[in-house]
Amino acid sequence: MKNKSDCAMTPDHDPAAWSEGVDAVPFDFGLKRRAFVHLLGTGLMVVFSAPALAQRSGGRGGGASAPSISSRLHFGKDGVITVFTGKVEGGQGARAELTQAAAEELRVEVAAVRLVMADTAQVPNDGITAGSRTTPFTVPAVRQGAAAARELLIEIASRQWTTDRDQLKVQAGAVKDPVSGRSFSYRDLAANDIAVRLLSQPVNAGVQVTPVADWKILGKSTPRPNRRDLVTGAHRFPSDLVRPGMLYGKVLRPPAFGATLTGIDLAPARAMKGVVVVADGQFVGVAAPTVFQARAAIEALAETARWEYVSHPSHQELYGHLEKHAQGGVPANPFPDEISRARKVLREDYHVVYVQHAPLEPRAALAEWEKETLTVSLGTQNPFGCRSELARAFHLAEDKVRVVVPDFGGGFGGKHTGEVGVEAARLARAAGRPVSLRWTRREEFTWAYFRPAALIRIEAGLDETGKLSCWHFLNINSGGAGIETPYQVPHQRSRFVRSQGPLREGSYRALAATANHFARECFMDELAAAVAADPLTFRLAHLQEPRLRAVLETAAQRFGWTDRFARKQPGLGVGLACGTEKGSFVAACVEVAIEPKENRIQVRHICEVFECGAILDPDNTRSQVEGCIIMGLGPALQEEMMFENGEIKNASFQRYRVPRFVDVPELDIHLLNRPDLSPVGAGETPIVAVAPAIANAVFHASGVRVRSMPIRLPA
Amino acid sequence: MDTTISFEVNGELKTVTTHPSRPLLDVLREDLGLTGTKYGCGEGQCRACTVLLEGKAVAACVTQIATVENKKVRTIEGLAGGDTLHPVQQAFLDGAGSQCGYCTPGMVMELVAVLNASPNPAEAEVLARLGRHLCRCCNYPNLKRSIRLSLRR
Repeated sequence: MKNKSDCAMTPDHDPAAWSEGVDAVPFDFGLKRRAFVHLLGTGLMVVFSAPALAQRSGGRGGGASAPSISSRLHFGKDGVITVFTGKVEGGQGARAELTQAAAEELRVEVAAVRLVMADTAQVPNDGITAGSRTTPFTVPAVRQGAAAARELLIEIASRQWTTDRDQLKVQAGAVKDPVSGRSFSYRDLAANDIAVRLLSQPVNAGVQVTPVADWKILGKSTPRPNRRDLVTGAHRFPSDLVRPGMLYGKVLRPPAFGATLTGIDLAPARAMKGVVVVADGQFVGVAAPTVFQARAAIEALAETARWEYVSHPSHQELYGHLEKHAQGGVPANPFPDEISRARKVLREDYHVVYVQHAPLEPRAALAEWEKETLTVSLGTQNPFGCRSELARAFHLAEDKVRVVVPDFGGGFGGKHTGEVGVEAARLARAAGRPVSLRWTRREEFTWAYFRPAALIRIEAGLDETGKLSCWHFLNINSGGAGIETPYQVPHQRSRFVRSQGPLREGSYRALAATANHFARECFMDELAAAVAADPLTFRLAHLQEPRLRAVLETAAQRFGWTDRFARKQPGLGVGLACGTEKGSFVAACVEVAIEPKENRIQVRHICEVFECGAILDPDNTRSQVEGCIIMGLGPALQEEMMFENGEIKNASFQRYRVPRFVDVPELDIHLLNRPDLSPVGAGETPIVAVAPAIANAVFHASGVRVRSMPIRLPA
Repeated sequence: MDTTISFEVNGELKTVTTHPSRPLLDVLREDLGLTGTKYGCGEGQCRACTVLLEGKAVAACVTQIATVENKKVRTIEGLAGGDTLHPVQQAFLDGAGSQCGYCTPGMVMELVAVLNASPNPAEAEVLARLGRHLCRCCNYPNLKRSIRLSLRR
């Protein structure tokens, strides 16, 4: 256990820094509730009073960070250097990046550093792994901690040897005295009492980290430290964890959103060999020796369950529903005078559907109780948040809950919550044994939260010179990320209006920045067309930000934009889009072909230029950009949650198609490295330019404006 | 009800007593502790659970255990020879074929099956076979690189 008194708030945990929350499931398993029980036939019939179902909770993250050196690093007498972080690894490369950061400052090889991630009993709270915050916040925190340890090594050596510390340098993990040839290493530090005391002191915020020009490890590609275990199958993902005596859990899901369980016969499931049945309020679940038996027990329960349904809007009624429930109504354009003076006025609505993250590993958790102490190992991006969620659900003190996050199979903003852990823990408490609960794909598609749908309304005026005079941008329901226009407009207002989305909503890679960029960049294209301007020229005429201009101009040049836009070929079209979010800058140029028979859109070529300050790991940055682009092709062209009567109609990979090998177009990715600028994250922003560039290319090819995602032409 | 089924896994004879319609995937993971084979969808759509059955790639999630009686199954755990990785595993390592790595065992096994069937397959043919597999990290460019490296070995 780390010293709790070391904790302090850092900007990484400021919930106000988040524009969008995740709809939480308000579990409460702490109090005995009045369940009214009577017999039905031979079985036990439990009848429940209607509970409070899903309600929203705002804010995320929370918690504090530990700034002492020893809370961040441990030096073993065996020479092992351990670095602690509250960040998680879900495929984005944080493990390699933070290992690099520590190794760079410690002056040791990457292989000499062991990184312990996201075990709340061991690591400082580095906040949620989201919002591209590992690179700008946690990398500096790890670097400072490691640099402070390196300085301490020099300090102790200089005291011991009475050598001027300026004469001493750390190389290959040890200080060498240039005169005597003596050496003092991190291993010696572990055995030095003074050092041990000094290591528990706070990290001096002014400690000098290594300048970019002197980087030997950062700035270079570093393969994933546990890559071998990934190719041999040895790595244990959350859904692979096993304990002696462990049972497999399964939860009874309502047949529709909002349905309330009014009665159930538990007896048939209870009669099954080795099956533990739990009924607690609206929660009904089982634990059994195999998944197969657990499923059979749940099927038996489902047959006897009685439900009360509520009406639920379908995906066809979505946008009317969102507009109708806009909180405080849909605000009017605050620039009526500018609109009336404008030479031309454009006004359009854009629609973005609900999508799922569909990480390849569905939510999974292993829960273990030891008296009133709970340990849950699960795949989540929010270990400390899950600890709070579990503590709340079971009315435990936070120090009675330990959350451990093994490197897991994908998050993409979809694993900010710990509901699977709460469910597993409830089952484990009843079973008196460890329980592993692994959601099915269908559960993941249905009961995980969705990227919110958006209704976006934009109105803008153009003056007689063809420049934007006013701009009013409304995002109804999906969020405020990336909502501010980077373009120069004298009168502008962009706002996010909350609504009551019919599905459970939460974060997704780049949040609402994707929807907001889609609408804005498509609308910019429409405005350019309204004044018969090249979309590139029109944008540049309104852009001052040099970093955004740089990515846009580079992309246009690499793609050969001006020629390809002017030289229109039948059935082919080109489009571009750009944007900035979370401190990084992106521009994309795209070529599409319209297949004449079915009017199907085929993306043939994407050129994307991305800039995120100084690049820490070129290969992984490129992988993140590629991953963003290809993942983004899904919601851009085909992904859409269909729902009716409270039921998801396409909760499978067969009916909800995500990008595959065949969907990957020719990619030309260019990273602009800016060693003079602080590094920021690369795992989100590269997604935002994909969809609008495609929609604009579709217009160029077909003359049809598609103002909704997914972008589809009528067959 | 339960029946006793014997089959060979990674060269070892295994006998399980279980329900005949349980998926091979569950038996491998729960009964035999071979968790390298992953669940992704339960309906053969993502192919994360790909194993070799008599040398051919199958989705273990839709393969009933009764159908593997007296047959040979090979999983990701049975691929490396001690510390020496199978050439396909090595290619995925060198080609940075894994982001989260959850799809890796299935992809590796599929490619092993393809190469077992024909030592010099056309790249397009290989990509078509791998096209059944999902990578939600969308690490497809690195996967293609890893596949190309595999074909050269």
